[in-house]
Amino acid sequence: MTTMQTDTAIAMTGVTKIFGPAPMQAFTALQGGMSKAELQAETGHVVGLDGVSMQVARGQIHVVMGLSGSGKSTLIRHVNRLIEPTAGDISVYGTNVLAMSLGELREYRRTRVAMVFQKFGLLPHRSVVDNVAYGLEVRGVARAEREAEARKWIEIVGLSGYENARPRQLSGGQQQRVGLARALALDTDIILMDEAFSALDPLIRSGMQDQLVSLQKTLNKTILFITHDFDEALKIGDRVTVLKDGAVQQEGAPEEIVLNPANEHIEEFVRDVNKARAIRVRTIMDVGESEPCSIAVPAEARCEDVLPLFAEHQWVGVLDASGGQIGRITARRVIGALARHGARSPSVASPVLEAAS
Amino acid sequence: MFPELIDTRPLRRGVDDALGWVVTNWGSAFEAAARPLLLLLNAIEALLVATPWWLIITLLTGIAWLATRRWPLPATVLVSLLFLGVMDLWRDAMSTTALMIAATLTAIVISIPVGVWMSRSARVRQFFTPVLDLMQTLPSFVYLIPTVMIFGPGKIPALIATIVYAAPPLVRLTDLGLRSVDPAVMEASRAFGTSPTQRLLGVQIPLALPTILAGINQTTMMALAMVVIASMIGAGGLGYQVLQGIGRLEVSRGLFAGLGIVVLAIVFDRITQAFGRRLQARVGVSEART
Repeated sequence: MTTMQTDTAIAMTGVTKIFGPAPMQAFTALQGGMSKAELQAETGHVVGLDGVSMQVARGQIHVVMGLSGSGKSTLIRHVNRLIEPTAGDISVYGTNVLAMSLGELREYRRTRVAMVFQKFGLLPHRSVVDNVAYGLEVRGVARAEREAEARKWIEIVGLSGYENARPRQLSGGQQQRVGLARALALDTDIILMDEAFSALDPLIRSGMQDQLVSLQKTLNKTILFITHDFDEALKIGDRVTVLKDGAVQQEGAPEEIVLNPANEHIEEFVRDVNKARAIRVRTIMDVGESEPCSIAVPAEARCEDVLPLFAEHQWVGVLDASGGQIGRITARRVIGALARHGARSPSVASPVLEAAS
Repeated sequence: MFPELIDTRPLRRGVDDALGWVVTNWGSAFEAAARPLLLLLNAIEALLVATPWWLIITLLTGIAWLATRRWPLPATVLVSLLFLGVMDLWRDAMSTTALMIAATLTAIVISIPVGVWMSRSARVRQFFTPVLDLMQTLPSFVYLIPTVMIFGPGKIPALIATIVYAAPPLVRLTDLGLRSVDPAVMEASRAFGTSPTQRLLGVQIPLALPTILAGINQTTMMALAMVVIASMIGAGGLGYQVLQGIGRLEVSRGLFAGLGIVVLAIVFDRITQAFGRRLQARVGVSEART
């Protein structure tokens, strides 16, 4: 996952979106130092995005995390210009998206970016196979070819047997699998996923997350994934960008954010997060040559993966991609890492615990 | 009494003279322009009259069966049509049906594009909404008289009056149906790079079809409601029988012809509604809006 692919797939620079009747004037006022709250109170303009700059590397799952109203859904819609920015630049593999003519934009949507929606956005009057084939149909692919392609993806997402069902006959999870298959069938490098799993039940959601991660291992797509769920961001993201009030708060690998939250807002998220899942053994191991351990895990393993191993072993080795041991780790080290980053305020927490026991 | 602020007589005379001028100078042009309508109506009527009664009964009963797959509706249709035949109203019922069909077809051709146009632009909607209100509320005699003056009494003014009265609900429901398509589905379609035409034909119209069909149903009903008035200016059919019944104080004639109109309304209303329900189930609109 962390291969040294640093090609930038999507680059956004200073993207600002202001909603209201005269966004350009509001933008000037905003640049003149007016605050967002003042702007909204005085002119009725709402700042959706405030100078967002971010880069999504090719072949990664890049998660944008934020609470509702943080502008994350607005952000993702800028990539395929479902929403036009007030200011800023957006480019995809070096092509300026904002300079595209209407025809070029349609061609770009048909061939370069696919999208999965929170509310699925399936066509209720079409069968599952026709829904999955929809993007290819719009692209002008012949019927036989697009149906074969659609059937292939329906099988991959595990919906075989439902080809001729209507969307309303399926459960939410199944409908979103159709949505995912519809995006994957386009075979675009970039896939935009707007809160794709947020409408699903927790167990189904977890299953879909696992499926996405395992699909990604073979497909190597560039996925921009929007969510309000920090755990989801940590579970599937190679990179995470935290958004608040339309502005980027922090960007980094999931564990960087967990280990070093940039501000109080992010700390609040981190506090309730499952750190054993977020922290990888690579970051807390004893680096260096050591005698081979009887059991070992890859460097990408998470703390929760090694914890059960300590029941039998004192040391667990850490291996690099080629299988050589690059370090080792103890239970004490893992517990230390979890406790350090998990400490709320001990002075308050311990009396409560004592009282309870 | 309200004081006379201005003298309105010149205004009234102006309107009357203007109409007179149009009639003398443009009358034949209008008549020529409306000729296709007359040909359409005559063709439909000739077809219905030439078709044997048993074939029409079989066809309509069969359609009713296809629309519901249950026996109550086909039975109702069969009994209704037999009533028309038995009461010696068949020929008149056919010309009334022809008028209704011609008016509905014309209304579909005009209303659906207007509805599409309205659904796409708030300004167009602002313009057409009062026009539609006017068409529905203005007493039909008000525009019937100038129409008769321009086209002369006969089927053309009757047909035009029927269209004016029957088209608005279809325009409104087309507009409403297209605008109430789930925005999430529309956005998804946009994200896949569809053109506005592809979205209209591939997403909006299929999903709005049940609503549009409800509009067509309304149009047929309003067209049938217009037949008595239409018969006053030469449309013939069941409305003419009612009119004659009133004129000759023959209550029975008026009553049976009136019942004949009711029977036709029931037949067409139930059949189009059944198709609407069938379509709604197929499209799954109820689910799409949740």
